[in-house]
Amino acid sequence: MSTRTIKVDYLARVEGEGALYVRIEDGKVEDVRLKIFEPPRFFEALLRGRDFHEAPDITARICGICPVAYLMGAAHAMEMICGTRIPKPIRDLRRLIYCGEWIESHILHMAMLHLPDFLGYPDAIAMAKDHPEIVKRALRIKKIGNDIMALLGGREIHPINVRVGGFYKTPSKAELRKLESELKWGLDATLETARVAAGLRFQDLEPDYEFVCLRHPDEYPLNEGRLISNKGMDVPISEYDNVLIEEHVPHSTALHSLVKGRGPAQVGPLARFALNFDRLTPIARQAAAEVGLKSPCLNPFKSILVRAVEVVFAFEEALRLIGEYEEPDRPFVPVKPRAGTGYGCTEAPRGICYHRYTIDDAGIIKDAKIVSPTAVNQKSIERDLFYFIAPNVDLPDDKLQWECEQAIRNYDPCISCSAHFLKLKVDRN
Amino acid sequence: MSANRQPLPPETPTRRLVIGVGNGYRRDDGVGVKAARRLRESRADLTVVEASGEGGALLSLWRPVDQVVLIDAVRAGSQPGKVHRFDAHRQSIPSDFFSYSTHQFSVAEAVEMARALGTLPRRLIVYGIEGKCFAGGTGLSPEVDASVQNVLERIAGEFQSGVMIRETEEAHA
Repeated sequence: MSTRTIKVDYLARVEGEGALYVRIEDGKVEDVRLKIFEPPRFFEALLRGRDFHEAPDITARICGICPVAYLMGAAHAMEMICGTRIPKPIRDLRRLIYCGEWIESHILHMAMLHLPDFLGYPDAIAMAKDHPEIVKRALRIKKIGNDIMALLGGREIHPINVRVGGFYKTPSKAELRKLESELKWGLDATLETARVAAGLRFQDLEPDYEFVCLRHPDEYPLNEGRLISNKGMDVPISEYDNVLIEEHVPHSTALHSLVKGRGPAQVGPLARFALNFDRLTPIARQAAAEVGLKSPCLNPFKSILVRAVEVVFAFEEALRLIGEYEEPDRPFVPVKPRAGTGYGCTEAPRGICYHRYTIDDAGIIKDAKIVSPTAVNQKSIERDLFYFIAPNVDLPDDKLQWECEQAIRNYDPCISCSAHFLKLKVDRN
Repeated sequence: MSANRQPLPPETPTRRLVIGVGNGYRRDDGVGVKAARRLRESRADLTVVEASGEGGALLSLWRPVDQVVLIDAVRAGSQPGKVHRFDAHRQSIPSDFFSYSTHQFSVAEAVEMARALGTLPRRLIVYGIEGKCFAGGTGLSPEVDASVQNVLERIAGEFQSGVMIRETEEAHA
């Protein structure tokens, strides 16, 4: 019997610390483990005993890339408990700051982390020497996302202007209008970037995914919706714990998630694009057609195209929200605590991010549960690798490792969020 | 992403910029920010900003500027308080000195990216001060705090009239 082991001890261009172990015996893939050794961070435990108003700012610290997902999940959950109704202008501003996060997170991944894989460069700096215009354009697009975050959130990383009930301070119409010309440039520039991505060569891989995402009656989902899947799930977010269960596996400090009674779930751009195509904005739909994307798209390597479509959406949506904005009478609705359990589930760039809190009458947090999108995607990543390596076992180790890393980056995994990520080891004799 | 509290108005090009990078709530990581604040008190002729060190923000901060000095804490295994000086036009910046995040590129990657894109300022000097403690909390270790004055004096030297430009011309020669 011959055993071959491929081992990546430290995955690059992903956020956080993880490794990959692959064992091949007699030309057959026997084991694939995405090993996450990022230390657990115990956020859920440290939230206990804190005031309910502190949850958004504490949980935003889980991630420097997608803090808005945490700010929103926590705020929505607390407002559910307290029966708070959020007026339209504040709801719209929340949607707008989320557009900022999608823009900056997606374009960073597309152009700086994922594109070098397709074009054969070790990193974005090496790629920039040959393709400076792509990188310059991406950096400017990213800055627009940052500018939205800074205007609404007070700063780009870990915004400090979001609170339970709304914002500490809301912008004037004039302040938002100043973003418009750059947003229009960003929309065109993203279409240009999408055309570059459309010319890439994509590996063949189309697993039978269970896509899970939010579904809203009218909108492409960001902050609200029911939890749905392409295999029959359709529940309110308060049923999350009954449909997605977590289990501990020895090789990961992040809990694995499974759809109860079925198997791995995939969350993120592919899931949203598959189940919410009809809610995309017009130019985003046109962009999808132009880059050759049909919904559903089952090829995870084409996630770069779907991210481009979602950035186009985020620009269109941001422009719409700014155009319709009316300054609210006050920046937030006062929220009085009452005992109960509440839920928040929003669409982070990488997929649904779930929060559940129980508070007492004084607003003290008694229990907290947070599930990041990368935690949910772990099993899906392992399964993709299993399917992907099988027809490619004869590739030399270095080539196989390169391809495996690319397959992992399809998910833009954020290990820091989920550890509660990567080194690769392929075992073969 | 940057936490620069004094964004540069894009319409007013600045020729001389000092960027203090760091997080004041991670002990010695805040040394660049502290140096920047002290410099702002004494040098009205310089534009001084604070930044988190996120690469994209640094690239946009220094793009319109002629002469830039950047100050950050480093973890290079030397004596706490030791001051490292890098001239970006003469050498590459060791990325393991300025670790930040694998997802967000940091000071070293921003310099190398600017070099690749041809957008390095005419002159860019990076001062790295060896830190000792990067745990949560405020206040610098005494050895690190003691280096701030030394760095401020060296920066004053960098901006003595003509020095920066002359050196850069030599570097390009």
